[in-house]
Formats: sequence, structure tokens, C-alpha cells
Amino acid sequence: MTAFLMTAALVLLINAGVSLWRMVRVRAAAEHVLPLQLVGTNTIAILLLLSEAMDQPAALDIAFIFAILAALTPLAFAHRLWWRLPSRSRR
Amino acid sequence: MTVLDAATMALIAAGLLFFIAGTVGLIRFPDPLARLHAIAKADNFGLSLIALGLAFQADGWAIVLELFLVWVLALMSAVVAAHLIFHTALQMRGEDDREEETVE
Repeated sequence: MTAFLMTAALVLLINAGVSLWRMVRVRAAAEHVLPLQLVGTNTIAILLLLSEAMDQPAALDIAFIFAILAALTPLAFAHRLWWRLPSRSRR
Repeated sequence: MTVLDAATMALIAAGLLFFIAGTVGLIRFPDPLARLHAIAKADNFGLSLIALGLAFQADGWAIVLELFLVWVLALMSAVVAAHLIFHTALQMRGEDDREEETVE
């Protein structure tokens, strides 16, 4: 079971790497934050898998923190771009 | 291999499929707002399946509760994130259109 969980974590790591490769190839601002969300969810899943595979319940706490931080990334993105918009389109 | 182990492996394998589908959608979908569908739904469903699969292997109810809390928190942050990104991207797109109109 441990080998299976580690393989699953490796697949997710490759998945996150592909999203990051996509992120450096695009130019629009919104396109940069989309793969970040995907990487955030991948990180949470990897930590859950490693927590079970390596028998480290503390990794679940780290996954918890990553779930909170995943919500802050788009908040910072929206906050920055909101101030860049002209005042007539700020809703 | 027990029944619980088989259920864990099946659920985690299905979750991995959804994660890979999310990445394929991110790369292949033509529109930024369509790509938002891929990242906001597919990978969170994959996370749900993986958390459910791992819950069968948990040593006690405390671990199951923590898996559940991580899952709920990830879902809530995904909803907030999708709404914020969608709203901002829509307004930026509207801005771009207006700029093109003034240039013409």
C-alpha cells in the first residue's frame, strides 16, 4: 500500500510540474493564477498521501495550512488587479 | 489485500484521473473562463476522492475528522478563488474591449 501511495504522490507531483510549465509559457495575468490554484490543490493531495504513506499525521496539519494559503493567492491577485482598473469599472 | 485496501486503491486511482483531467483541461481549453472550469471542479473532485480513499486507511476517527476538515477547507477556498478570479478576469476583459473600441 505504501508503494502505491508514493506512486500516486509522484503522479501528482508530475501533474503539478506540468501546470507550472504551462504557467511560465503564458503571458496574461489571469492565466498565471489559474495553474497556481491547480498546484495548490495538488500540494494538498500530495501531503494527504504522504501523511498516510509515511505514517506522519502531522502532515495533515501542513495540508490544512496549504488549504488556507490556497485561498489567499487569488485574493492577492484580485486585490492587485482591482486597483489597476479605472475607477468606473470597479464594482 | 482487504476490501478496504481495494476501495482505497480504486478511489485514489479515480482521483488521480480527475487531477490529470484538470491539467489537460488547463492546457487544452481555448478560453480563460473555460479553463477556470477545469481547475475549479476537476481537481477538487479528485481531492475529494483521494481524501475519501485515505479515510478508509485512517487509524482513528481523529484522522478521518482532520481529512474531512482539510477537504471542506479546500472546497471553500476553491469556491472563493474561482469567484475572485472569474470576477477579476471578466472586468479585465471588459477593459480590454473598451480600449480596443477607443483605438478604432
